[in-house]
Amino acid sequence: MSELIRKSASELSELLSSGEVSSVEVTRAHLDRIEAVDGEVAAFLHVSSDALDNARSIDERRAAGDALGPLAGIPLAVKDVLVTTDMPSTSGSRILEGYMSPFDATVVAKSRAAGLVPIGKTNMDEFAMGSSTEHSAYGPTHNPWDLDRIPGGSGGGSAAAVAAFEAPLALGSDTGGSIRQPAHVTGTVGVKPTYGGVSRYGAIALASSLDQVGPVTRTVLDAGLLHDVIGGHDPLDSTSLRDEWPSMAAAAREGAAGGALTGLRVGVVSQLSGDGFQAGVRRRYEEALALLERNGAELVEVSAPHFEYAIAAYYLILPAEASSNLAKFDSVRFGMRVSPPGGGTVEQVMSATREAGFGPEVKRRIILGTYALSAGYYDAYYGSAQKVRTLIQRDFEQAFASVDVLVSPSAPTTAFRLGEKLDDPLAMYLNDIATIPANLAGVPAMSVPIGLAPEDGLPVGLQIMAPVREDARLYRAGAALEALLLEQWGHGLLAEAPELGGK
Amino acid sequence: MAKDRLMDFDKALELFEPVLGFEVHVELNTKTKMFSAAPNGFGDAPNTNVSPVCLGLPGSLPVVNEQAVRYSISLGLALGCSIAPTSRFARKNYFYPDLAKNYQISQFDEPIAFEGQVDVELADGSIRTIPIERAHMEEDAGKLTHVGGSTGRIQGAEYSLVDYNRAGVPLVEIVTKPIFGAEHDAPELAKAYVSTIRDIVIALGISDARMERGNLRCDANVSLRPRGQEKLGTRTETKNVNSLRSVERAVRYEIQRQAVILSEGGSITQETRHWHEDTGSTSAGRPKSDADDYRYFPEPDLLPVVPSAELIEELRAALPEAPAIRRRRLKESWGYTDLEFQDVANGGLLVEVEQTIAAGATPAAARKWWTGEISRLANAAGVEAVSLISPENVAALARLVDDGTLTDKLARQVLEGVIAGEGTPEEVVEGRGLAVVSDDGALIAAIDDALAAQPDVLAKIQDGKVQAAGAVIGAVMKAMRGQADAARVRELILERAGQA
Amino acid sequence: MSEISEEQVAHLANLARIALTPEEITSLTTELDQIVDSIAKVQEVATPDVPATSHPVPLQNVFRDDVVGQTLTREQALANAPERTEDRFKVSAILGEEQ
Repeated sequence: MSELIRKSASELSELLSSGEVSSVEVTRAHLDRIEAVDGEVAAFLHVSSDALDNARSIDERRAAGDALGPLAGIPLAVKDVLVTTDMPSTSGSRILEGYMSPFDATVVAKSRAAGLVPIGKTNMDEFAMGSSTEHSAYGPTHNPWDLDRIPGGSGGGSAAAVAAFEAPLALGSDTGGSIRQPAHVTGTVGVKPTYGGVSRYGAIALASSLDQVGPVTRTVLDAGLLHDVIGGHDPLDSTSLRDEWPSMAAAAREGAAGGALTGLRVGVVSQLSGDGFQAGVRRRYEEALALLERNGAELVEVSAPHFEYAIAAYYLILPAEASSNLAKFDSVRFGMRVSPPGGGTVEQVMSATREAGFGPEVKRRIILGTYALSAGYYDAYYGSAQKVRTLIQRDFEQAFASVDVLVSPSAPTTAFRLGEKLDDPLAMYLNDIATIPANLAGVPAMSVPIGLAPEDGLPVGLQIMAPVREDARLYRAGAALEALLLEQWGHGLLAEAPELGGK
Repeated sequence: MAKDRLMDFDKALELFEPVLGFEVHVELNTKTKMFSAAPNGFGDAPNTNVSPVCLGLPGSLPVVNEQAVRYSISLGLALGCSIAPTSRFARKNYFYPDLAKNYQISQFDEPIAFEGQVDVELADGSIRTIPIERAHMEEDAGKLTHVGGSTGRIQGAEYSLVDYNRAGVPLVEIVTKPIFGAEHDAPELAKAYVSTIRDIVIALGISDARMERGNLRCDANVSLRPRGQEKLGTRTETKNVNSLRSVERAVRYEIQRQAVILSEGGSITQETRHWHEDTGSTSAGRPKSDADDYRYFPEPDLLPVVPSAELIEELRAALPEAPAIRRRRLKESWGYTDLEFQDVANGGLLVEVEQTIAAGATPAAARKWWTGEISRLANAAGVEAVSLISPENVAALARLVDDGTLTDKLARQVLEGVIAGEGTPEEVVEGRGLAVVSDDGALIAAIDDALAAQPDVLAKIQDGKVQAAGAVIGAVMKAMRGQADAARVRELILERAGQA
Repeated sequence: MSEISEEQVAHLANLARIALTPEEITSLTTELDQIVDSIAKVQEVATPDVPATSHPVPLQNVFRDDVVGQTLTREQALANAPERTEDRFKVSAILGEEQ
């Protein structure tokens, strides 16, 4: 195996800028790795045929003395929810098979402008609905730690690609945990930025008021470097914030340098670690808390009484917005068209197309959302859910009045087996219990690997949450914790993952 | 389609009280669309004024056009409305192939303007106040063309084609409260109301307000209740009413149609009805029912609109004068009699006449052309007068008559040429060779020919029977293909006959 | 206690334009009933004094200047159409009426 694929993006950045390696070499190493292991992992739906050409042009620009950003020349895996002009964008759905967007998502355009090399599109639950990537119309992705297990979802493809060393960096989207929960189960780092911190333009919408694009990486610093590329105001997204953001990479470096934990008030959310959390998850979580405390952090027990309503509110707001967002898939302007036998009216063609083009989970949520918005039910369901949102925001505000960050396990269990929860939607929904509150309130949150659960040897992540606009705080705390763990382990967690490509 | 039976209008009014309501859609003439930077243009090649937002492409997001918001506030103020301190966009969800996202971004329970009133003047000079419930912002849909079948209509069509150029054009929808007490004036009030809205948006400069292009569209709600009954009757909503004249006719028609049904003990179906200009009747459309579940919810991709007090005051200060005041001013400055002014106002031609005068015509000539020949041709064609000819061209036509280039009769031919698309009046004169022959030499030659052909007439004239000249004038005008000034021809004939 | 009926699911499927099979309607009815039961708990705390939040980070008056920007070429606009003519999208006959 080429050593290049084991390097973090920040390490590659140094090798590239010093001229020790070329982008073509780095890109080719990752393409080779995809070739070798993606048959088992199935992280990618499409591998770019332009990646080497793009890498070559970055090398030429570097040779010509162009000023390039730190990530120039580094391969990037792109979740298929993000539209791209040079690769199909399907959002994991049959209804969009082969769809070619006439424009790039803003985050993709910014990545290209920063010299990153899009290497492929990653698998995901159809329209990002799911926590296991089993709802992809193109088959599931497998967890590199155990190929019989789920890689998390909806962004299982991006997390698995990074965990399997098929790409050093990936883009994900997080509506209720779709970046953080896959990070948790694959031993990678995932960040959901403050709502509005990163443009949603070109992210195929699931639930507009919850969706946020963010980085999926193997180190906190890499996440910061990618966050710096994709973040910032976008006039094409009305919900995009106009803030001047500090460098997240700088915050990560600060955190790793030591001292960042001294006096840091860490709120431990009592509602997010009790019943329903796997013993090994709790054990690693408690150890991480102790490690933080030993290094100067002050642990504060905080209560967020309305978090227990978060899943219920989420499974009203998300389906409601999704039922409307997904109405555009009607076979008129793009996408699949299925005609009933003998033709049929446009109404019948739309209905037949959507019946054939959407998978069961998508249909379930569209019907649920249609119900929640229906006349007579709006106030009881959607209206009430929006009020719960206010209560959850207040819980966060109250907590952040006395602590700097909040922590919890990123998900209640380690990776479960493929198929295990496929027939039990409610059990599947419970996976997002820890991650959903941050989406409802818009606050930034990160998942950092903190070890393997003793009972199954599978990764566990710690979720760190910060107040709105305080994303940099996540990077400081996350990088500090990561540095302590690396020192303890002597290597990155992924070094313990099984070798792939043997078969 | 079975033909509706209609009750005599006066009889219907004896038995029932009509209650009206209107929803008027105004397309704003911004440079770009409501939620995207694609051009807002009319008549361009299909699917060329579109962006990813207009097509609802995956990943696209709306951004509000600030000018459209300002225009909407101005219109709300001109309608005497309160401007909402906070208003919000909402999604109205329904599937239709001209609606790219299968939801329309509109406003629901938090419209930008609410609670206003508009004074409307009727032909007899009386003023009626129309109560306005709300005015809200939304986006237009694309345009469907139905192909196949015999009528070109939706029924029986084999397939339809979609052009999204109009998708996303900014609209303001103005909704009235129920209008009571219109009585016999109901049809006229309907027309006067829409005409007033049209005057207002033109004066504001926020819409081209061309009804035949769909810039201004009226849905008319009509219900009847038996005299003495308090409870409102079931209403119908007549759509597709694309001219001022049709608004009047459609309201009259619905009153007469509903009256027959109710007087026979039947009940009115709550439904959409379509106005057919050709037959002057309405036909049943979709019944309104529980199936109309639009599942409104706040548009998560857009933020609340919170206009500052300064902005509202700035826009209020810039409002044009109120329609009633404006009418008084125009009437005085044009020097029209009451009758003349009403002729223009009732024809919905105030703006056209004003613009024609601004383009150089005399008030008398402007009035004469618009209320006369142009209105006659427009009525015959069932279209709005303004769709036939621009005020600038009317002014040019009047100028050509004034300077003697054209006689009235020739001018009517020139008008026809302009309407037929042959160019400006000057170009039509040139193209058709219609100018008055003012060269006496040519006229005298023609007169001499005519006199030679009718020697007995010459004798009569010379005998002092001057009226006999008429026969020669006719012959000369014919020879000149009408392009001569008849008065001058007469003078010359008398001269030649030695009677001048 | 939500008691969703198959008729209701069929009606919702029609509103959402999905031609569900009878089997799907049956299984979705059961699933929705369970899901709605478990999410109805939002009503416990959603009292009238609590305002609704529609956007997680409050912003207002986000506008765009009225300036023409980039548009798609007609070919780009029509490139993904399942069916088209030279200049327009083509759909089969519409059941119903003009809007």
